[in-house]
Amino acid sequence: MTAVLQILFDALSLGSLYALGALGIALIFGVMRLVNFAHGDYISFSIFALLWPTTAATTILFLGQVPPAVLIPFVILIGAGVSVLSEILVFRRLRDANPATLMIASFALGFVIKNLLLMLYSSRPKSLSILPGLAQQVEIGGARIPLLQVVTVAATIVILIALTAFLKRTRFGLEMRAAAQDFTMARMLGVRANRVILLAFAISGMLAGAIGLAIVVQTGTADINMGLSVMLVAFIATVIGGLGSLYGAVVAGFLIGGASVLMQVILPLDARPFRDAFVYALVIVVLLWRPQGLFAPRTAKQRV
Amino acid sequence: MTRAPSIMAKTVSTPLILIAILAAIAIAVDAFGSGPLARTVIEMLIRVVLVVGIWIFVGNSGIISFGHVGFMCLGAYAAAWLTIPPMLKQISLRGLPEFLLENQFPFWPSALAASLLPAVFALILGPVLMRLAGIAASIATFAMLAVINTVYSNWSTVTGGTSSVIGIPTVTDVWIALGMASGAIVIAWLYAISRSGLALRAARDEAIAAQASGVNIERERLIAFVLSAFVCGAAGVLYAHFLGIITPDAFFLTATFVALSMLVVGGINSLSGAVIGVVFISVIIQLLRWMERGVQVGETTVAIPSGAQEIAIGLVMIVILIFRPAGLLGNREIVWTSRREPRVARTQPAE
Repeated sequence: MTAVLQILFDALSLGSLYALGALGIALIFGVMRLVNFAHGDYISFSIFALLWPTTAATTILFLGQVPPAVLIPFVILIGAGVSVLSEILVFRRLRDANPATLMIASFALGFVIKNLLLMLYSSRPKSLSILPGLAQQVEIGGARIPLLQVVTVAATIVILIALTAFLKRTRFGLEMRAAAQDFTMARMLGVRANRVILLAFAISGMLAGAIGLAIVVQTGTADINMGLSVMLVAFIATVIGGLGSLYGAVVAGFLIGGASVLMQVILPLDARPFRDAFVYALVIVVLLWRPQGLFAPRTAKQRV
Repeated sequence: MTRAPSIMAKTVSTPLILIAILAAIAIAVDAFGSGPLARTVIEMLIRVVLVVGIWIFVGNSGIISFGHVGFMCLGAYAAAWLTIPPMLKQISLRGLPEFLLENQFPFWPSALAASLLPAVFALILGPVLMRLAGIAASIATFAMLAVINTVYSNWSTVTGGTSSVIGIPTVTDVWIALGMASGAIVIAWLYAISRSGLALRAARDEAIAAQASGVNIERERLIAFVLSAFVCGAAGVLYAHFLGIITPDAFFLTATFVALSMLVVGGINSLSGAVIGVVFISVIIQLLRWMERGVQVGETTVAIPSGAQEIAIGLVMIVILIFRPAGLLGNREIVWTSRREPRVARTQPAE
């Protein structure tokens, strides 16, 4: 029983990261058909903004030891800032480009952000401990669970509820859902395109900041490539969930997190190093079964 | 329908001009350039093979593939298995089958065999993957890349795991690279004007109309996929014999994105775009490298800070994409006639 609880929390906390990442990517894809490969670099950027630029091995906290009440909003706002800025500087100028061009542009942007961080901070991973209170363990039903996992899962649930309320109850949310479903039609009905897209970028960036926080608290290090693996899985989750479906992206994020943890447990010892190969093979199988994704919106099917 | 000789004669100037451009660069560098510059040119030619290989599938089918660098990986490792001296193999790659462990094969037969391995792999996996379309297909190719990378990073007795495989004979020189790049361009051109290539491009532009006209999309895609896997495998062979040392991570995301960037910057729908994209980005990278080292301006040496090269290359790419979203060539081919007739019509992105 305790082992099951442990596995459950492992799966949920990993799934939370993937779900938040998938949501960030799906939000932007929904409104402008952009697969944003810079998303992972937003994650790194929002964390590195906490550090004083130095190429030395020592880590100097830019913000010193500020209380969490300041630290958390700061990181999230940085994430939103860099995301919004990239929309204004780059993606706004590429409105008519096809998805391949947009995708490569986002990759180029991510490349710029990553190398900017490399130049300022060097490639050495920085150790930093923020929110050290989360390192301790709590006992739930006899299992010792790291507090961080509990907080990650709880925070994800809160974020998801808040975002759902925002999307369902506010005018902005309505406009965004309309835009995600049929962007051209939404514009014709008076949704202001640039405002909706900017908002999508802002929320997506905030989510990136939140993911960055969760990773850095868990690993205790800030690494230039820290956002990459989450972003790749999130990207896959977006497609498996059904492009354009925010709900599907979240569910698929949790599913992939669950599958990864479960494979780690059930695979024979010899096959464990190949776990990711099994997970990705599973992705291909799911895509063959449902090419439109698990929760494809009805509008996704092409009409002749 | 079309008479093959006429379309060949009409389009043959494109591969000839492209090969001439590459040959001119190779000859100029061989005559006047330094050793490091020659290495840069070889790198560029290897990239031409890779990007042209990717273009055969991506350009004709319209499906962005993230997986083709995986084929390069298969080709490179196969070349290593075939050509590393047996003594070294018996120490570092003990899991190999007997006949590989005992023998060492010469370059050309091994290169052919090593390029065929990814083609066979593509032929096996292709019928499954080619059922998917659009972004689902892209993700599936990425998943394929991730599977290849995971397996090659962990299958230590056969691939050496994440540590490098060493001892591959370094035989790739400018002329071999130029020959292979020319070969890749000719293969890509022949495919593009073939019945299958035309059908596939028709399916790319109007899937439903093409199907209604009797195009078997899955079959044409599979042909392009296998052929492009073969060419990308050849790029891997060249790469392995150029550096003499390979690791799985050389064939993962960075390489994928660099190759795709070159393709998109050049113009994804034309063969000329694929080649010019590689040449253009390679030239810019080289210029920035020189600037990083310092340029004499009058009395003083001006140098951009170290690390700025990568940032600049990213910015250059963004600027090109903003001003030329369809790439430098804008989906046209370079042709010899004075009236520049687009062989591939500009098309609306499929929704």
